[in-house]
Amino acid sequence: MLQPVSVSELTQQIKTALAGPEFQSVAVQGEVSNFLHHRSGHMYFSLKDSNSRIKAVMFRSRNQRLQFVPKNGDTLIAVGSVGIYEPNGEYQLYVDLLFPQGIGELHLAFEQLKEKLEREGLFAAERKRPLPVLPGRIGVVTSPSGAAIRDIIHVLTRRYPGVQVLIFPALVQGAGAPASLTGALAMAQNTDVDVIIIGRGGGSFEELSAFNDEGLVRAIAASAIPVVSACGHETDFTLADFAADLRAPTPSAAAELVVPLQEELFEHISSLQKRMVDSLRRRIQAERRYLVQLSQSPILQRPESYLNQLRQRLDELWTGLGRTQRHNLVLRRGKLESAVGKLETLSPLKTLGRGYAICQNERGEILRQADQTREGEVVHVTLQKGSLSCTVEGRRI
Amino acid sequence: MTELKFEEALARLEEIVRSLEQGEAGLDESLVLFEEGVKLARFCNNKLDQAEAKIEVMLDAGQIETFEVKD
Repeated sequence: MLQPVSVSELTQQIKTALAGPEFQSVAVQGEVSNFLHHRSGHMYFSLKDSNSRIKAVMFRSRNQRLQFVPKNGDTLIAVGSVGIYEPNGEYQLYVDLLFPQGIGELHLAFEQLKEKLEREGLFAAERKRPLPVLPGRIGVVTSPSGAAIRDIIHVLTRRYPGVQVLIFPALVQGAGAPASLTGALAMAQNTDVDVIIIGRGGGSFEELSAFNDEGLVRAIAASAIPVVSACGHETDFTLADFAADLRAPTPSAAAELVVPLQEELFEHISSLQKRMVDSLRRRIQAERRYLVQLSQSPILQRPESYLNQLRQRLDELWTGLGRTQRHNLVLRRGKLESAVGKLETLSPLKTLGRGYAICQNERGEILRQADQTREGEVVHVTLQKGSLSCTVEGRRI
Repeated sequence: MTELKFEEALARLEEIVRSLEQGEAGLDESLVLFEEGVKLARFCNNKLDQAEAKIEVMLDAGQIETFEVKD
């Protein structure tokens, strides 16, 4: 017989069975019914066809970005995962994205990939790195024959006449474009460029599709060198735009972003130099004023008169103490001296000086009576100068 | 020692100017800072002046060639 398990255990097993990739990333088409936009902001509904029905939930955080409001009877495509709602033991569809039926395959794939990479954190703001202020050399990954490269070089050389550019030629559209762009970007990683512009002139969604390629987008995010994307499209973003450290609306704009205006930098540095000189000059003037002020102070002008003033003040204080207090002071000094004299006569050293000795046993105890010792015991006798170790020969108690 | 980067030099120069303007350092130290600042400004200006434009292209074989802009 089978060993029975608890309902919770069985539910957990079903949950585990649903955790596989075939249920964690699904796209399903069906007709909406029982649609409820709950007060909490979450959307609850079912998707059905002629034979089956599945419960679905789209949480508020997901449905906030919906461009349309679903209603009963709509045929929609839902992208998400299948999971189990444990309290009821019901499986349901957790919807991440929702599209009208008519969405093109390319757009659907784009939205799905965007959702996936976003969830991986590939587009996170904290991944973005700052561009160098003055790049030593600029890498450009693009077609060597398009308008984009011409625009980029034109703007770069105008803004910064000493610009150093290294172009990595790549196909920017067609089936071979993703691999070509990824390869060129990889090649740029092994050079000394400080920043990379990757892009092309504007185009339709299909023409820009290479910049939505998962491999290229991941390569951009993983680049060791900061990347500026420039796909020549003001409104629509490509996934490369999201993954890049900075997105420029056009190739010319990218060129403006990567190099400073040379004159502006010259001006900035010369203004810093001026501020530095000015502040040091002010500082020296202030120190000089302080020095003059100090050298004019009375103590430096007539030091003896200052000392005489102090002496006079001391005399005044002594007189001010009054006869009695002065007498007390003298008296107290006398008492102190006699007390010190008494202390000295009590000192054991003085006693030893008169010929007495201190006798101690091995434990250091001072001996006052003969019966504190035994015959044969060693005792120590301290004299004024040095000490003796003696053996007790006899006792008279 | 690796070569100082332009932005590092510029950032240090800006820091020196701030510190001198706020009078944080003693006079001796200020003079040392000033001297460093003068060197940094000269370094930055030299960097900006350096070199003419160089536009190159990386070929498949890994060689680098001068790039000609075609109109």
